[in-house]
Order: sequence, then structure tokens, then C-alpha cells
Amino acid sequence: MEYFVQQLINGLTLGSIYGLIAIGYTMVYGIIGMINFAHGDIFMIGAFIALAMFLILTSVLGFAFLPLVLLIVVIVAMIFTSAWGWTVERLAYRPLRGSFRLAPLITAIGMSIVLQNFVQITQGARVKPLPPQIQGGITLMEGNTETGAIVVQLSYMQIIIILTTLVLMAGFTMLINRTSLGRAQRACEQDRKMAALLGVNVDRTISLTFVMGAALAAVAGLMFLLLYGVIDFYIGFLAGVKAFTAAVLGGIGSLPGAMLGGLLIGLIEVFWSGYFTVEYKDVAAFSILAIVLIFLPSGLLGQPEVEKV
Amino acid sequence: MAGPAKNVPADIQKPAGAQAKAEARRDGTQPPVPTGKTMQDSLRDALTAAVLVGVLGLFFINVRTDIAPGGLDVTTRWVAWFVSILIAFAGRLALNVFVFNARKPATETLGKKVAALGNAAPGTGKWLLRGLFIFACILPFFFTMLFPGRDRQFIDLAILIMTYIMLGWGLNIVVGLAGLLDLGYVAFYAVGAYSFALLAQYFDFIGFWVALPLAGLLAAVWGMVLGFPVLRLRGDYLAIVTLAFGEIIRVVLLNWYEFTGGPDGISGIPKPTFFGLELKRGEGGFADFFGIAYDPIHRFIFLYYIIFALALLTNFVTMRLRRLPIGRAWEALREDEIACRSLGINTRNTKLTAFSIGAMFGGFAGSFFATRQGFISPESFTFLESAIILAIVVLGGLGSQVGVVIASVVMIGGIEMLRNLGFLSQVFGPGFDPVQYRMLIFGLAMVLIMVWKPRGLVSTREPSAVLKEKKKIGADMVAQGEGH
Repeated sequence: MEYFVQQLINGLTLGSIYGLIAIGYTMVYGIIGMINFAHGDIFMIGAFIALAMFLILTSVLGFAFLPLVLLIVVIVAMIFTSAWGWTVERLAYRPLRGSFRLAPLITAIGMSIVLQNFVQITQGARVKPLPPQIQGGITLMEGNTETGAIVVQLSYMQIIIILTTLVLMAGFTMLINRTSLGRAQRACEQDRKMAALLGVNVDRTISLTFVMGAALAAVAGLMFLLLYGVIDFYIGFLAGVKAFTAAVLGGIGSLPGAMLGGLLIGLIEVFWSGYFTVEYKDVAAFSILAIVLIFLPSGLLGQPEVEKV
Repeated sequence: MAGPAKNVPADIQKPAGAQAKAEARRDGTQPPVPTGKTMQDSLRDALTAAVLVGVLGLFFINVRTDIAPGGLDVTTRWVAWFVSILIAFAGRLALNVFVFNARKPATETLGKKVAALGNAAPGTGKWLLRGLFIFACILPFFFTMLFPGRDRQFIDLAILIMTYIMLGWGLNIVVGLAGLLDLGYVAFYAVGAYSFALLAQYFDFIGFWVALPLAGLLAAVWGMVLGFPVLRLRGDYLAIVTLAFGEIIRVVLLNWYEFTGGPDGISGIPKPTFFGLELKRGEGGFADFFGIAYDPIHRFIFLYYIIFALALLTNFVTMRLRRLPIGRAWEALREDEIACRSLGINTRNTKLTAFSIGAMFGGFAGSFFATRQGFISPESFTFLESAIILAIVVLGGLGSQVGVVIASVVMIGGIEMLRNLGFLSQVFGPGFDPVQYRMLIFGLAMVLIMVWKPRGLVSTREPSAVLKEKKKIGADMVAQGEGH
């Protein structure tokens, strides 16, 4: 029981990170109907910016008050990662808008290769370890099993990750449902031509979608950095694929679906590694995706496509 | 780098024909529209680009984190950062002045010349193809005659390019003809390679020629295994499941240590024989049998002809299948699945055959890869390979067989050529290693070619089924790759 609760907590933490990345995929897919393959690498860029900023603040400028440092890091990472997201959209996707569907997919894969190799060249191929910054936690329960005592701990790090995700999700839902920008986004999602005719600046709305996705990915990147303490130029690929799987599992185009999918993928991965083998955790996540899609071809919360003749 | 959005018309707001017109303008067949931008606008735009590069590069070009004793160390490289900003400014300004805002863009004359060349002699394309084919036939001898010292290297490159051409043609059946977006094609390549390697490991008597059809068959079976669950999926759902499938195969190969050797891979895969003759030195070898002097290059020439024959087989089968009912069903499926179903085409079988035939050729190529390398490991079958193969198909122009050839030569030949740029380190100092820029340039080339020609390098092709007369159709008229 204790083991189960501990895995549940770990799974929810990992799932929150996947969910935040998945939102970027699902929003972009909803608005322009393309898989933004470079989004995983935007997450990686976010993690690197967070690491550099963190080191500048702590070891170069000598800031010691951790909450303030993290606040500055998260803001800087969001701003600079957004610039990357905007640039990728502007360079690789906007010129191909209205072109046939595979063209932006290829530029997205190309951009993903470019970003990975750019970071590899400028920052080196070796992993960057960061010692754990936030330690300690709350002990929830203690128990004894045949292998020894087991303690269920909810670490402060996990609390921060889950709370931040909740706050961002709430803010984001407000943004989409209540503001004029959110309305413009939903309008573009339904019919871009009509939205343009009614005075919505479609290009700007799409750019802002990319910017928001990148900002969320930057937060996820910082969380990943703090949780695992190790990043390299290749983390974007697997995280990106998992997050995209999460978005598809939840029903691509649906925001709650992305979050639900992210949590599910995180839980599947953690429980599989906890109870079976850690090597096949990716296989488990992908197999469950395939099984879900066989029975629900448009994901858990996605609306089934209407076939128009 | 990018400038502000205001001087670029929104593509989405244009009518459908405008996209075509803009492309024609880029090709130089239509006069450019004078933009009326002044020097001041160009400068402002270049300045924006420079600022953007500064922002983007701040944490990457300027700041660098490195592992140092006692944690991570931060170093700054202000010079490199300023140089990158200057390059961005100068480059964007030059582009603005000479291409984007010029009354007569520098690229226009070039485009016109190319277009004129194509219009002047409509038969050139056909003759060019025949020339290419003949060149491919005599290629090993051409290189041994002309570059005796480096022939091995060139023939090896030709083998690599030919392998990608074959993979591209195989994937073209799935993506280009049937319109099913497959992001995990490398899985079948891996199945083919591992089938041969494992068969050869467990059964001594199995050589390349016995294993080749078996590998193709096994890959085709796996194609069906994958195809079955995804029959109901469309478009991007299909894409992610195929991607997942490719990853599953790789992870299993990596972790099933007892059977596949895990990350150590499988080595000692037998070389192909020439009608039972091994291409080896001494008694009973190929050279000994024919009474010629032994030369290691013989094996490369032989390998080249094997892959050339396999690629030609792929092309021949594809071209024939396109004329058969099944090929027409694929193309109909690509255009409109609902219409297909209402006309009584069995979409399940159509999709499954496309998957399994495409997979079969992937399997052939895989077993060739295994015999050529003599060693395989899961490292060779990453998602990047799938992405490269898909990029070749799309960059070449979906559904176009010649396009695949051109794209393979440009992309694969191009990145391999970048390995030989050692002389650049004399220009930029010994710390400059051009090899590490290879994939960066590859990715940039993918983006630039796609932006320049969104429908691929060869964007027209002959329709397979015609009513009265053959007309060239543009790829924009067929909704290729829609996945439904």
C-alpha cells in the first residue's frame, strides 16, 4: 500500500511535466493542425536556459535566497524560450501555411534536428548535472514490509511541481475561456478564413499560440532540471514523443485531454517501472496508446471527427 | 533570421490561387511584385533580425556551462555572440536589398534560366533520366578508372545513397501512393536487418541470398501486424502510432539481451556470395575462379550492384503495381477514403497491402544493410533514420520516383561530403571541426528546401490512371499525404 501511494505521487509529478509539454502540442495541433515536432526541443532549450540563468544568479552574481532565484529563473526562461518558439514558427511554419500537410511536418523535423545540434555545438554534448536544490519533504505514512521499513514521502519538490502545474492549468483555462486572445484562438481553431474576415489577426494569434506553448515548455524544462538534476541536448526527443503521445491519448486538440493524457502516461511509466521492469516502461506507454486508440480512435476526450463528403 | 511579420502578407488570407502564384514568382516564371520598400525599411528589418539573434544566442552562443570540479562552471564568449549578431544583421540586410525588396531579385535571373532550360527542350528530362540510369550502371567502373586512389570511398558513398533511394522508394508506396503517414518505417528496416543477422547466427547454412527473401517476408508480416490495429486511425493518429511502433521495436532490440545481444549488437554477419563464390583472397575465391588478381574493391563493386538491382526491383514493382487495380486502389484511397469505400474498394486490404509491401522493401534494404556492415546494433535504427527517409520522400516530391533519387543524392551525398571538409579547420583554426556541423546543416537544408519548394523538388508527375490523354498534373491538385 505504502509503495503504491509513493508510486502514485511520483507518477503524478512526472505526469505534470508531460502534461505541460503536451499542452503545447495540443494547442498547436488544434489551431493549425500540424505536429510541431520541434516542441520537445523547445522544452530542452527551456531547460538549458533555466540552467544557465540559475548558474549565473547563484555562482556568478551570488544570490542566495532560493525562492527569488527560482522566480527570476522561471520568468527569464519563459521569456527567452518564447522567443525561440516564436522564431521557429516564423522561420519554418509560417511560410508553409496553406501548403499541403506534410510540408510543415518535414520542416518541424528539420527544426528539431537543427535545435538539437545547435545546442550540442554551443553547449557541448556532455550531460550537465545540477545538484538537488530543494530538499526535504513531508512524510505521509510509514509502514513495514518484509523487505524493511518503507516511508511514503511527498517531497517539497513534488509539491512545488504539482502546485505550479495546477496554477498554470487554471490560469491557462481562464486565458482560453475568458480573454479576447483565447476567443481569437478558438475562432482560428474553428475556421481560420472566417476568423480573418471578422478581423482576427490570424498570424498574430498563431504566433502567440506558439509563444504560450513555448513558455509552458520552459516551465516544464525547469521542473525537469530540478527534479532529475541532469540535462543534455537529447532530452527533448523522448520527452517530446511522450508528451505528444499524451496529447494524442487525451484526444489531440483538447486541453483537459492533454493534461489527463500527460498524467496517465506519467502514471503508466512509473507504475510499470515500479512493479515490472524499468527497461520496458516506454513500450508500456506506447502499447497503451495503441490499445486506447484502437477502441477510441480520437483519444479519450477528443471529439470524433465528422466525415464530410 | 526572421524579421517582423508586417511586410509578409498572410498566406492564409490569400485565395488558393495566390499560393501558386507566389510559387511561380519564386521560380521566376512570373514577374515579381514591386514591394516599394525603402532602404530604411530594410535597415530596420535587419536590425530586428540582429536583436532577435542576440536574444536567441544570449544563453547559447554567449553563455556556456561546463562541468568543472565542484559543480558547473559558466563561461562567456562575448566575441562569438557579437559576431553572430553582426552576421545576422549583414545577412538579413543583404537578403532584403538584393532579394526580398529588390525590383529585380538576384535569384530571379537564375530561376528564369532554369525554367527556360526546362521549356526549351521538353525531352531533356527523359534523356537526363536515361543518362542518369546509364551512369548508375557503369558507376563503379567509372570511379575505379578515374579515381583509383579514392574509388573505395566513392563506391561506398554510392552504396549508401542507393540504400536510401531504395528505402525512399519503399516508403513512397506507403506515404506517396497510399497516403498513409508512416513515421516508423525504420522498424521494418530493423526487422529486415535483425532477421538476417539472427538467422545467420542460429543457422550456419543461411547466407545472404536465402535470408533476403525471408527478411522481406518477415518485414511484410510485421507490416501487417502493425497495419492491423491502426486500420481505423487516420492522419496524425496513424503517424504517432507508427512512430511508437518504431520506438517499441528499437527498445525491445535494445533490452532483449539474450536474443538480440542488446546494445552490443550482432557481429560477424556473413558477406554475400557470387553464385556460391566468396569474394575473398586466395583459393576458391571469386578472383581465383575467374583468374584475375584479387582486389578488395571487388566486394564493394559487387555490393553496389546488389543494392542497385534491389533498388531497381523496388522501382519496377512500384511502377507496375501503380497500373494494377491494387495500385489504383492505393491512389484512390489517398485521394478520398470515403469515396473509396462507397465504390466498393476494400479499404482494409488496400491499407494492409500498402503497409506490407512497403515494409517488405524496407526488410530487403535492412538485410542488405546487415550484410554490408557485417555488424548491426539498435543504434542504427533510431527515429532519425525514419525522419531522414521520410524527408527524402517528401523533399523529392511525394509520389515521384525521380524525386526520391534527387533528394537522396542531395541530402545523403551532401552530408557525407561534409565529412571531407577538413581543410576548413586551416581557415578557422584548429578548434573548428566541420564534421559536428553536419547534422545542423542537414536540418537547415531540410527546412530551406521545404520552404523554397513546398511540394518537393519534382512536383509534377504523370497520373497513373487517365481517361483520355495524359496530362502533367501538379502535386497541389492531389491532396497527397492527407491520410484520409
